[in-house]
Amino acid sequence: MSELVLTGPETETALTQEYFINMGPQHPSTHGVLRLVLTIDGEIIRRVEPHIGYIHRSIEKMCEHDSYRQIVHLTDRMDYLSCHMNNEAVCLAVEQALQIEVPERVKVIRTIVSELTRLASHQLWWGVMGMDLGAITSFLYGFRDREMINDIFEETCGARLTMNYNVPGGLMFDIHPNFQKRTKDFVAHFCTKLPEYDRLLSDNPIFRSRTEGVGYLSKEDAIGYGVTGPSGRASGFACDVRKRLPYSAYPQVEFTEIIRTEGDCFARYKARILEMWESLRIIEQLIDNIPEGEFQAPTKQVLKLPKGEYYQRVETARGDFGVYIISEGNKSPYRLKFRSPGFSNLFVLDKVARGSKIADLVAIMSTFDYVMPDIDR
Amino acid sequence: MFKAIADYFKEIYQTIRGLLVGMGVTGKYIAHARREIITQEYPDNRDTLQMFERFRGEVVLLHNEDNEHRCTGCSACEVACPNGSIEIIWARREDPETGKKKKQLETFVYHLSMCTMCNLCILACPTDAIKMGHNFEHAVFDRSQLTKVLNRPGSRLEKGVEE
Repeated sequence: MSELVLTGPETETALTQEYFINMGPQHPSTHGVLRLVLTIDGEIIRRVEPHIGYIHRSIEKMCEHDSYRQIVHLTDRMDYLSCHMNNEAVCLAVEQALQIEVPERVKVIRTIVSELTRLASHQLWWGVMGMDLGAITSFLYGFRDREMINDIFEETCGARLTMNYNVPGGLMFDIHPNFQKRTKDFVAHFCTKLPEYDRLLSDNPIFRSRTEGVGYLSKEDAIGYGVTGPSGRASGFACDVRKRLPYSAYPQVEFTEIIRTEGDCFARYKARILEMWESLRIIEQLIDNIPEGEFQAPTKQVLKLPKGEYYQRVETARGDFGVYIISEGNKSPYRLKFRSPGFSNLFVLDKVARGSKIADLVAIMSTFDYVMPDIDR
Repeated sequence: MFKAIADYFKEIYQTIRGLLVGMGVTGKYIAHARREIITQEYPDNRDTLQMFERFRGEVVLLHNEDNEHRCTGCSACEVACPNGSIEIIWARREDPETGKKKKQLETFVYHLSMCTMCNLCILACPTDAIKMGHNFEHAVFDRSQLTKVLNRPGSRLEKGVEE
């Protein structure tokens, strides 16, 4: 028998061709106005090109015309899910430049509110992650628990999302008398609800088969691309600013830096779930020990930073957030640069998603937890 | 061979078990549907809806029952505002009692469409003339309606309020 040689029309139709499609800018799983140009071969992704710029509001340029007190409220509008940490970064940078020593009370309250914000952000992420993968129940449960945190914020800070609770030198108001009670109620409530999250989604076989082994990011790439936050720590990159360069009340609390080494979607998912437990632990340690004192350090009417360059890093829910201020000695900065964690996390997508399926891309994007206004300031 | 069959059935068992555990969570909430209701039926509960004391809905200029406000027209809020939402139009008018010329508020223009509710104007006000109101239903049919004049017609400065 001669060797079987495939010829004819069958092989010609079986040949595939690379082509590109747009994902976004209006797509429910891009979490905002992000356009991804996918080069695909059948259903396998060959290249991902993120195109940003759809929600650019030139916040950095606006900061050059605003006073240092006014800049704070603009940072609310960047990563709106971790707005308190963004505010804190600007305030810490200004305080560092002016050498203002903030009272202990301020530090502790800032830390508690930061951790509550982180919890709220992760709860929303958990809900939306489930919804991206087709489970609408998790979305409702995530928002149910987030509602309690929003109530705490509304009572103490005056707003639910863009709270603007920090001012350079301290806090805008003292905490509300109900703050401690409500926070304790929330912690007690959420400690019973968090295992439910695991039962509902983490142990679900369909969810696990869609996330385990999908979207692998190595430690080298995480460091190389500057992927920080829970996404970076899931690849084994110890990058928690709260541990490395502690600020506010983080030096006095005990918590574990969650590091996982798998680097896949499920590791990133699990890192955030475990981080919620750590946040609860931090709040439990601090809520009964809020020191008495002033809620603001005395500051001048007009803040003028001495000539120089200042950099302050904080850990937001998405990673390492940096504020870089160049001051010429005026009441507004000469140049202000934000290092947002989402930007670095977005551009590693090409590396991570190559070779996986389109449906996996949704899972990968979900676990990196993109917030578009943060990436596109 | 035998192991492959065992693994196959084990996987089926684990999958079904995982799904049932997840459905147990949702089933629990269906069985106790009335216990944890956190949603509010918003337009129907408008009469009883209480916002929190510090809730920031819009800037309001406080008036007392004699139609007097506390704004001296010093423009501290205008300077503090990051977005230019507040415009204070003032004039020097003769005081009928002392006969001296004095700075007075003419019109307090508030552009709600530009306001981000950052609370900086309220912190800046030296006479506590303005505060954050609790109204959050700002929807209107025309954009021009969002530019408001906050001082009421015929209102005066409250006695004893000095800059």
